Amino acid sequence: MPFQPFHTLTSRIVPLRIDHIDTDRIIPARFLTSVESSGYEKFLFHDWRFHPDGSPNASFILNQPKGQGKILLAGRNFGCGSSREHAAWALFQYGFRVVISSGFADIFRTNALNIGLLPIEVEDQELDSLFETAASAPQIQWTVDLLAQMLIPEKSDALVNSQMAMPMEIRFDINAFRKRCLLDGIDLIDYLVLLKPEIEQFEHKLATWEE
Amino acid sequence: MKGKTLIDKIWDRHEVRKLDDGSSVLYIDRHYIHEVTSPQAFEGLDRRGLAVWRPDRMVATMDHNVSTSIDPEIRRSTQSNSQMLRLAENCSRSGIRLFGTGDPRNGIVHVIGPELGLTLPGMTVVCGDSHTATHGALGAVAFGIGTSEVEMVMATQCLIQRRPLTFRIRVDAALNSGVTPKDLILYILSKLGTRAGTGYFIEFSGEAIRNMSMEGRMTICNMAIEMGARSGLITPDEITYSYLQNRDFAPTKEAWENALEFWKSLASDPDAQFDREASFDASLVPPMITWGTNPGMAIPIDATIPDVNDTALRYMDFRAGENLLGKKVDYVFVGSCTNGRIEDLRAFAEMVRGHQKAPGVTAWIVPGSARVRKEAVEEGIGQILSDAGFELSEPGCSACLAMNEDKVPPGSYCVSTSNRNFEGRQGHGARTLLAGPLVAAAAAVTGKVTDPRCFQNVKIQ
Repeated sequence: MPFQPFHTLTSRIVPLRIDHIDTDRIIPARFLTSVESSGYEKFLFHDWRFHPDGSPNASFILNQPKGQGKILLAGRNFGCGSSREHAAWALFQYGFRVVISSGFADIFRTNALNIGLLPIEVEDQELDSLFETAASAPQIQWTVDLLAQMLIPEKSDALVNSQMAMPMEIRFDINAFRKRCLLDGIDLIDYLVLLKPEIEQFEHKLATWEE
Repeated sequence: MKGKTLIDKIWDRHEVRKLDDGSSVLYIDRHYIHEVTSPQAFEGLDRRGLAVWRPDRMVATMDHNVSTSIDPEIRRSTQSNSQMLRLAENCSRSGIRLFGTGDPRNGIVHVIGPELGLTLPGMTVVCGDSHTATHGALGAVAFGIGTSEVEMVMATQCLIQRRPLTFRIRVDAALNSGVTPKDLILYILSKLGTRAGTGYFIEFSGEAIRNMSMEGRMTICNMAIEMGARSGLITPDEITYSYLQNRDFAPTKEAWENALEFWKSLASDPDAQFDREASFDASLVPPMITWGTNPGMAIPIDATIPDVNDTALRYMDFRAGENLLGKKVDYVFVGSCTNGRIEDLRAFAEMVRGHQKAPGVTAWIVPGSARVRKEAVEEGIGQILSDAGFELSEPGCSACLAMNEDKVPPGSYCVSTSNRNFEGRQGHGARTLLAGPLVAAAAAVTGKVTDPRCFQNVKIQ
């Protein structure tokens, strides 16, 4: 699915401090029976978000006022397990544009990048401090600047007047090619289609049993 | 020049072009699709006005959703499922070979690919399923992809991938009797954890791997993804070649001879450098079982749950320091791309022969493919199972991810030979204990978590 370019985004952070959130948690397999590419937001974190009778679970962050925002802050090793891209779709269609963790499963990271959902990997200590800030000052807005590869907290008066230390800016790494694709909204399939003559040439090199 | 690893040899051979940042445009030899992760990719191609470029490199099966019931009525009801219909339609208009339900070659994608000789050593293999790692057992670079990438391969037969880091796991010595390859991979997972493989492809080597059957090797590579590694590989050898020879789609005559010569050149060079290495002693591996909600939370079956304060304990309703032996088991599932092959059914049948399924246990014995089922019936496994009160289902993914009718109810305990014990994986609120086929057999006839080694002793006396 082609996506909009990503430059900067400013939002509150929605903290979900659980490690190893697997893609079955993000969207259980029983909601994968559709042939459509939309409508997955209602199943995001379904079994945490809803009681078995379908009513919202008030203790789950997304059902609380402080759970509103476009940046999801998650525990270590986010997106492990199944390759289902539905997990990235569910997050994106729900409204998230950025997921921060100190580690992403390889397939999830690729799926997210392919639909324009930005996975930001930070150090374990940085993750811990982000969770602490999100707990003590949930109202703070953060700006994600992809070009500068920075995560920047707003200068909040409330915070300045309080005894709390100002949260630090965080620099993050991202693969240069992927960064360019996100900034310019370049779709990988469009790019690869242009290489077809070269790919065809390459195919001549394959052995007969590989054909 | 520095020696090359098995992984790098295959990667280099399939690199169409290298990008500025070091990523590769990687050519894909074999692309498997199934009903769940492909419909949106076909739709994406349509929107772009593109067609499937190399349909002859693709093979489709129906496995995730299919009913595995032996009742034809129940099976028929799922055949009209919109994903099945869409897959059949998409394959037919794109010229893709489909092994649908009822086809003698139907089955779980990671069981039929090797079984039909469609996956070969030295190939690049992808599928919109994370357990594609399984095919690495034949010495292929095989990994799971998402639906956007499924569309990419359909459009151009290529993917843009970062070259993985390489991780060699050596397993020396031999497994003890009563211990299966599943126990070995759970043991490795319990030692390294579920993050150790992230960013890596793993090459499994050493005496225990070299002496393992293809089925066992597939069980090992299958669960590389549970360590976070997208792929697990094993050097092809005589065991690989004799497994492949005369398979439906394997090369024949001169092509076979040429292929063989090439396959023999794939082994990692003696001076090849790996980015990470670990080694284990197979003789120390006991029967294993998981107590928690990720596959790394595994312990020897007679050990106690470690002293952790984890939400997993609450979900499973277990306590730190507790022993799992004697815990009541409600469901037993034998099957999946991890343990749904003939050798797994043999192990299970051998153990339950002459016993009866425990009352109160619901057992799903689900072959990985129609061919595995046929073989099991012909070998007499079907009879042994039915004498012991079990039923051999039709093939499919079944209770591994509970998309079909086989769902474990909330709060119930299931000893499962599948690959994931995540919360809700086998059904909303289901509690999964991952294990090998022997532990599953011992649980199925005793109705509780039982050490298969003790069970065998009892049997002998």
